[in-house]
Amino acid sequence: MNRTVTLYLNVFVIATCGLVYELVAGTLASYLLGDSVTQFSTCIGVYLSALGVGAWLSKYVQKSPARTFIEVELAVAVLGGFSAPLLFLCFAKLAVFSVALYGTVFGIGVLVGLELPLLMRILKDAMEFKDLISRVLTFDYIGALIGSLLFPILFVPNLGLVRTSLVFGILNALVGFWGTWILESTISGNVQLLRARGVLALVLLTIGLIKADSFTTLAEDQLFSEPVVYAKTSSYQRIVVTQGPSGFSLTLNGALQFSSLDEYRYHESLVHPAMMSVVEPRRVLILGGGDGLAAREVLRYDSVTAITLVDLDPAMTQLSAEFPPLARLNHRSLFDPRVHVVNADAMLWIEEVGEPYDVIIIDFPDPNNFALGKLYTRRFYRLLRRQLHDAGAVGIQCTSPLFARTSFWCVINTMEDAGFRLHPYQVPVPSFGVWGFAVAKHGDFEPPSRVPDNLLFLNSSVLAAMFSFPNDMTRVETEVNRLDNQALVHYYDDDWRSLR
Amino acid sequence: MNQLNRRELLASFLAAPVALNGCARREPLPPLPPGEIVGASAAVGHRLRQSAALELADDQWQRARVVIIGGGIAGLAAARTLLRAGVDDFVLLELEDAIGGTSRSGTGDVVSYPWGAHYVPAPTRENLPLVELFDELDVFEGVDERGDPVVAEPFRCRFPQERLFYKGRWYDGLYLWAGASADDLRQWQAFQREIDAWVSWRDGRGRRAFAIPMASGSDDPEVTRLDQITMAEWMDERHFSSDRLRWLVDYSCRDDYGLRLSETSAWAGLFYFASRRDVPGGDSRPFITWPEGNGRIVSHLYRQVKSQCRLGWAVLDVNPGANGIEVIASRYTDSTLAGWRADKVIFAAPQFLTRFMIRPYCETVPAHVSEFQYSAWAVANVTLTTPPQSRDAPLAWDNVLYESPSLGYVSATHQRGMDYGTSVLTYYYPLCAADPVTERQRLLDTDRDAWADVVLTDLEVAHPELRQTALRLDVMRWGHAMIRPTPGFVWGGARQAASRPFRGIHFAHADLSGIALFEEAFFRGMTAAEQVVAELQV
Ligand SMILES: Cc1cc2nc3c(=O)[nH]c(=O)nc-3n(C[C@H](O)[C@H](O)[C@H](O)COP(=O)(O)OP(=O)(O)OC[C@H]3O[C@@H](n4cnc5c(N)ncnc54)[C@H](O)[C@@H]3O)c2cc1C
Repeated sequence: MNRTVTLYLNVFVIATCGLVYELVAGTLASYLLGDSVTQFSTCIGVYLSALGVGAWLSKYVQKSPARTFIEVELAVAVLGGFSAPLLFLCFAKLAVFSVALYGTVFGIGVLVGLELPLLMRILKDAMEFKDLISRVLTFDYIGALIGSLLFPILFVPNLGLVRTSLVFGILNALVGFWGTWILESTISGNVQLLRARGVLALVLLTIGLIKADSFTTLAEDQLFSEPVVYAKTSSYQRIVVTQGPSGFSLTLNGALQFSSLDEYRYHESLVHPAMMSVVEPRRVLILGGGDGLAAREVLRYDSVTAITLVDLDPAMTQLSAEFPPLARLNHRSLFDPRVHVVNADAMLWIEEVGEPYDVIIIDFPDPNNFALGKLYTRRFYRLLRRQLHDAGAVGIQCTSPLFARTSFWCVINTMEDAGFRLHPYQVPVPSFGVWGFAVAKHGDFEPPSRVPDNLLFLNSSVLAAMFSFPNDMTRVETEVNRLDNQALVHYYDDDWRSLR
Repeated sequence: MNQLNRRELLASFLAAPVALNGCARREPLPPLPPGEIVGASAAVGHRLRQSAALELADDQWQRARVVIIGGGIAGLAAARTLLRAGVDDFVLLELEDAIGGTSRSGTGDVVSYPWGAHYVPAPTRENLPLVELFDELDVFEGVDERGDPVVAEPFRCRFPQERLFYKGRWYDGLYLWAGASADDLRQWQAFQREIDAWVSWRDGRGRRAFAIPMASGSDDPEVTRLDQITMAEWMDERHFSSDRLRWLVDYSCRDDYGLRLSETSAWAGLFYFASRRDVPGGDSRPFITWPEGNGRIVSHLYRQVKSQCRLGWAVLDVNPGANGIEVIASRYTDSTLAGWRADKVIFAAPQFLTRFMIRPYCETVPAHVSEFQYSAWAVANVTLTTPPQSRDAPLAWDNVLYESPSLGYVSATHQRGMDYGTSVLTYYYPLCAADPVTERQRLLDTDRDAWADVVLTDLEVAHPELRQTALRLDVMRWGHAMIRPTPGFVWGGARQAASRPFRGIHFAHADLSGIALFEEAFFRGMTAAEQVVAELQV
């Protein structure tokens, strides 16, 4: 192939890759720091100005522009390729993240900015200046267009952010490596050494791609319709956060826990009926709810003096406290001095009886395995009763009475069997469908008729309506869920299987 | 251990493919986790057999109305019965420094675990003493429609109760349903019908064929005749040829008696299935269990009788004379000797020891004594950093390996409700490849490291990560773990002869029932003590 044409291809690839790195950074930043308009504009601003810095710096490259060109290309490949994994690693700490983010964006910008002027200098003797400018810039802009199209349509949905950045890094390095042959005649010094560097860059990036599974698995990236922006396997579960155009979602072991778009419906419904069933609730226990969102709702009550939040997974509560989007969503509830976080298996924790609680909020994931199923057993509810003040109330999520009707009523029947009096209710939560809850007390009681003002979802007329069940959700007979039969997990499996 | 020895070791204890696979691994194996052999009985047992004439000074003698020898379930039940009858002038001597015998348990950082017995089928209302005992342990909540006590949730075996590993996969339950042919299923049903027939069978006095304790069952010839053939013969006669059915019955014999199908008396084989079912076609009685197995019952009983117990004292000599019975024991830490002069002795140690301990028996061994044969077992407790990983069927309480001569493992952490982090597995291996003497030797010749290697290689088939996650592995070698109910033993007369008191010495041990079960040990201890109380009063 003609040397000039292949160099245009170089321009094209560099432009595509540069833009993709930029988009990766912008996506992660807008997700993590919120406010995508600001984040994208600052990222683009930093990037563009860095391009300028690079262009300016190019004049200081005296000797062998061809050699420098290749070196710069390999450097972009490595820096850009590893940008997403690097930013993933910095996710937990906001301060570090900003430095890493703007550092990489700037670094990539400078390097990309160096490339075009260098290339033009390499090609300047081969053609007329006006042709050179027009062709190089054309390929540059086409590359950018292709990058911006491929990124959201092809790469992120199929490969996820981490793999996308690494794949482009590899592409970038390959082109650089290839360049050592195309430009061989113009490269001064040891070409072999340069090639060795190219190989090194390729090896590093390939290892990165192989290890990308430790961030997100390929299956996961393909499974979620929206990009995975955080993923971690803790000792207890797989935590994945995905980011969509207008909100983010948290999944645990593949099961959706909430979407930031409508979680308020869920958490208001979970918390307020129980809180409003007790006069001046002071001590509150939250079981599960490591996302801090139920705590946010509880903290609306001035009477509350202490919240104990028991969640199995320190990785989850830490994420809720320190992961900026989540901390914003839960109003930094886990930092409230009234909140005391305990990381323990609720089944074991609840055996120790201390001072009773006025309100207990139960927000466990759905009973899709035996380790969760045990938290819905009669045994558990009996132990729970010992933790509840005589006049106290429990608010509990009990999966969907529509999609998992038998499971829902199994939870209700089991709590009744354990001695609770209950009022089950249901509300629509768009990202889940119809969702079921119950408010429970030791003795007979009237369901609450009021909720706090200024809630986003609940008001007294919604409250009045939600305690009635349409015909397709009314009570069914079930077994009582016990440790030695785990009936609920079986119901739950059957309920969801029948939907598929 | 060099490669060749290791190959022989694994080949001797594990199925050929597993052993080969265990040896085939190229990369150096990770070092074995730390651990030790638990229990002192083997060494002390040898001292017993060598004890020369023992002379005690006058001040080494004490008086006690009753001496109980052995602190297993039988000894503890005897002690409890004495106390409840108002007899508190007794001493219980146990040679180990831990109480409980084959029902003892160990304590780890996160959970206690069994070293032997790990469950009891829920007693029916007829077994009053047991119902009363379990009531003290808060095991029950109310009664069911038939009037049988209902086991409270925490003490019922947690679901899933059992699963089976077969050719690379876990399956729910103990019977291998997957891939069963029509003929397999037909045989399975026919087998259940045979069991049901025995469940509903009653003799002229209205007794069940197989009841718990076994002494309350029938001694009608129609039942006792079953003791003349092996379980394998019984199955052959009925054309039960299905591999998976025979596997299940063989597994049950190994699990309850440490015997193969071909060695087990058909009476004992059927006892296992029929005694636990209340009504034909019904479910088996639910299992009562604790993380530490029957160790919980041991601690409860021990609390009641602790002040009368001396641990670490091995009885060496029991000499019935004109003025009562002289019992000489040695403290195994420092070999101090002490003697007790007692009106009665309750011998709650295994029967085979009588020939080394009861002086007249040492001189002429009664014929019945040598009929008592015991199977050898190894039990290992493995502490892991995380619960064993598995796809397919999730971790159960009892996890059985179809293709292994071991019985697989029971998870203490599962029953405790701990699903994450450190977990403890109790691995059971009955040695029943040859006669009991050879097998006992093989058990004792195999040291901790070799056992650890066997255990890990066996379990690795199902859990490849096990060597990496094992933190600790201790081993208990039970030389005389369980009485062997081979044909002719249960109803051949030896048992009955051994149960008769001998010059003030009353016998109490599960082996007198011919089947090593908690209920039998408890019953033997209790009835021996009741007799003693009655005789002391006249
Ligand atoms: C591995 C294993 C698993 C089992 N699993 C179950 C089960 O799940 N369920 C069940 O019901 N049963 C089970 N068993 C049966 C168990 O043996 C009985 O349940 C019961 O514990 C037997 O009690 P015992 O008192 O009759 O005998 P042992 O437990 O044998 O007690 C005899 C005691 O006498 C002591 N002793 C011996 N010699 C002397 C001496 N010279 N001086 C002083 N003391 C002496 C011994 O140290 C021992 O403590 C299991 C047994 C084993 C070995």
